[in-house]
Amino acid sequence: MKIGIMVNAGPYTHQANDSAYLFARAAIQKGHVVERVFFYHDGVNTANRLTEPPQDDRNVTSRWSKLASDHKIDLVVCVAAALRRGIKDQILAPGFRISGLGQLIDSGIKSDRLVVFGD
Amino acid sequence: MVDATQGTRPEPKKFMLLNRRAPHGTVYALEALEVVLIAATFDQDVSLVFLDDGVFSLVKGQKTAGLEMKNFSLMYRALDDYDVNKLYVERESMESRGLKANDLLVEVEVLDRKELSERMEQQDVLLSF
Repeated sequence: MKIGIMVNAGPYTHQANDSAYLFARAAIQKGHVVERVFFYHDGVNTANRLTEPPQDDRNVTSRWSKLASDHKIDLVVCVAAALRRGIKDQILAPGFRISGLGQLIDSGIKSDRLVVFGD
Repeated sequence: MVDATQGTRPEPKKFMLLNRRAPHGTVYALEALEVVLIAATFDQDVSLVFLDDGVFSLVKGQKTAGLEMKNFSLMYRALDDYDVNKLYVERESMESRGLKANDLLVEVEVLDRKELSERMEQQDVLLSF
């Protein structure tokens, strides 16, 4: 199954962001295809490569980057939501790109399921 | 669904966006509106639902100057220009907040909870804000 994912919750504050990651990883392990993850609202903060969690904590941003690189996932950050929150090209973590909401709609059109995480 | 590679347009998908929160207190109503405007340009079957505190987004006469926020409620009136004309309000949400259809700034179809859940069942994509 082709699965699109939308992440609306920021990293560390809400488990939804972790759940999206764990869901994506599990879906891929089960043989499903995750082509794109779209980050919206505070979810755009996930793309900030300057984030630096304590060493004994998971690194939300870098594990998304790794999953994307391992499985060719397109990590898209909504431009309007990103610019409002200071997320710009200069601070994007590997695998993330800034684009428009059209990428979310495109994902909804092309996926068998669009799964939304966070409110 | 028809394969786009065969030269025939695929069937549009049904996108339903749910507005569940009051405007201005959080960014969700505004960012949901931004999604609707983009979705409309993709020639999909887009509908917009107002339920729970989301019904407050449609109340006439909002004055946001005191909040120093943009009064984006007027943009709901422009949705018709984007061919987004399926606007639904959940009756129970509206009535429990003391609102009537003529308190709202656009024409909407008022559906009760059961009717709305039936419409939700028919969707391909549901986005809740």
